[in-house]
Amino acid sequence: MTVVSVENLSKSYRLGQIGTGTLSRDLNVWWAKARGKPNPLLKIGQKDDGNRDGETIWALKDVSFEVKQGEVLGIIGRNGAGKSTLLKILSQVTAPTDGRIRVKGRVASLLEVGTGFHPELTGRENVFLNGAILGMSRAEVKRKLDEIVAFSEVEQFLETPVKRYSSGMYVRLAFAVAAHLDPEILLVDEVLAVGDAAFQKKCLGKMEDVAKGGRTVLFVSHNMAAVTNLCHRALLLDGGRVVCDGQVSEVTSRYIATGVEQGGEKVWADRETAPGSDRIRLHAVRIVSKGEVTADVDIDQDVHVEIEYWNLRPGSNVAVSVHLLDGLGAPVLATGTASERRPAGLFRAVCTLPGNFLNNGRYSINAIVLTDVTRFEAQVNSVLSFTVHDTGVTRGEYLGVIIGVVRPTLPWKTEYRGSLDSLAPTERVSNQ
Amino acid sequence: MTKDEAAAPTSTSTSPDSWDLIIRPHRNWLDLKLGELWRYRDLVMLFVRRDFVSLYKQTILGPLWYLIQPLLTTITFTIVFGRIAKLSTDGLPQFLFYMAGTTVWTYFATCLTKTSETFVQNAQLFGKVYFPRLAVPVSILISNLIAFAIQFVFFLAFVGYFALRGAHLHPNWWILATPLFVLMMAGLGLGFGLIVSALTTKYRDLRFLVQFGVQLLMYATPVVYSISSIPARFQPLIRANPMTSVIEAFRYAYLGGGSVSLGGLAYSFIFMVVIVAIGAVIFNRVEATFMDTV
Repeated sequence: MTVVSVENLSKSYRLGQIGTGTLSRDLNVWWAKARGKPNPLLKIGQKDDGNRDGETIWALKDVSFEVKQGEVLGIIGRNGAGKSTLLKILSQVTAPTDGRIRVKGRVASLLEVGTGFHPELTGRENVFLNGAILGMSRAEVKRKLDEIVAFSEVEQFLETPVKRYSSGMYVRLAFAVAAHLDPEILLVDEVLAVGDAAFQKKCLGKMEDVAKGGRTVLFVSHNMAAVTNLCHRALLLDGGRVVCDGQVSEVTSRYIATGVEQGGEKVWADRETAPGSDRIRLHAVRIVSKGEVTADVDIDQDVHVEIEYWNLRPGSNVAVSVHLLDGLGAPVLATGTASERRPAGLFRAVCTLPGNFLNNGRYSINAIVLTDVTRFEAQVNSVLSFTVHDTGVTRGEYLGVIIGVVRPTLPWKTEYRGSLDSLAPTERVSNQ
Repeated sequence: MTKDEAAAPTSTSTSPDSWDLIIRPHRNWLDLKLGELWRYRDLVMLFVRRDFVSLYKQTILGPLWYLIQPLLTTITFTIVFGRIAKLSTDGLPQFLFYMAGTTVWTYFATCLTKTSETFVQNAQLFGKVYFPRLAVPVSILISNLIAFAIQFVFFLAFVGYFALRGAHLHPNWWILATPLFVLMMAGLGLGFGLIVSALTTKYRDLRFLVQFGVQLLMYATPVVYSISSIPARFQPLIRANPMTSVIEAFRYAYLGGGSVSLGGLAYSFIFMVVIVAIGAVIFNRVEATFMDTV
């Protein structure tokens, strides 16, 4: 049985400012239009796009799919692909621009836990309030109160205002309420997966329970491992459209493959708006490997991080620095040039991370330009990320996971020390 | 928009294969989802409780503030308008005259200002989860009704005290119309508040306008003066204000001074119905997509 049917769903957003910003001017424009006159506030030659300034983008365009009862559907896609917009429309936070969705059964969303918690109210009062906001009746919350409290592990503090809670207690209580919603259709956003590992586990565990209970789950995520483990089917969104719908393995591999076209370069063309200060502006950051700009590099290839910047003041004492972070955002290393006086102009600094140094996996970089050793003129964090692919050249016959952030090929030496009957096991030849 | 409305079924329950929920670009103008609001009545009451409980937490005097506010206002008005400006109070004790006015006016004014902030104050909450948005304004009406009830009883206590001391008061059968007066105050506050709240999602200026606009409006309402003391040529202007007849009638009912104008009450009532209808429709319209503009 189909429980969610999405037909030609579209949602547009206006970029830039909406309206002219003041009521009097909006009325002015409206009055001119009512008389069939052109917008009086337009500059000559400017396009009339309604009482708006800026253009329209389609966060979702003609999205159609169906979900059957008991199905666990993973929705994946890059940032800005339209995943969250889709969830917002499904949870009725905002209305679509076009198309429609039909739903059978009660929908509940775990978009963010703790919605509507009031700091001054006690834990118990907040359970009731939050439950009601999420659509539970008072009687329902009352029935489940013991369960919720037990799950949240905050029994002792139930009569304490939640503003006195630790953040961990707060999240546990909030999640406990959401976890006891018992909807027929559950919407889960990955924001839920932030928090500590134990909490993530709880969230995923709850989703599994819901799914096993024959109910339907729509799960939005970046986490391919979670999607692969939990979902029966996946949907890949890109640029607001469904580009792939089917078996999880098929869709996830498609998702990873689309990454190859992506990025490896970030350019700020306009010197006025580029990150930086009145001394230094960034022009570009690039990842280059095998002579090409790319976000995917082979493990045995050198990776060049290029940073281009404008030095606006002749004689500035400039240094460039790169931070390398692992996939979880933990710093791997920092490296930089020495400070040197430079004339005004455009410069390119290149740092080479040697091949056979990083492990396979995802890394990101922060690019920083300083003057006078300590003045941060321009800093862009996680500006680019790249994936190191294991081509197998260094691993020999071992096919398992190789742990670690780096995987340098270090020199190894093994020597024959004698037969099994050797008499002097402790005897040691001095090194060299 | 009209095309969509024509194409889509107008109600969720008439669809042939019994979908529980249909999400469409625009709802019908008049589909206010009052049934849904009723299903969320627990939420409305919890909002009321939240507002009531949280307002005076960590205050020393707590709910006593409900009494201190009207008392101090009344004393101030008595001194400024009664003693210094010596405005006519239709022969009624000045204290009671001003207290009746402020009690009624405060309810209307708080309903209006609080309702008008619905979207801006709750943007965070509305952005995360769906529930009938009307639950918020309705809960505001109710929680302020509690405050009004407390202040009203306080007012009655003063009426009793003055009566015992031999003041010439003539309470009459109009007292029975009190629920009607309350309904009209609430309705007017709600209606204006809903309209402003819908507009503030785009024009934040209105928040400031409302804040002092309500204060100014008080002087265009016979709160601190009686309508009989207004020159005849300004009377129509004051009578155009829908709150005028409510305050006059309230005062007449409990104190016996001034007059009741049936025509004025009818005018105010119709005004109230119209403004609530307009407010509800605009609110309903904005609620669907306000997250994109707020």
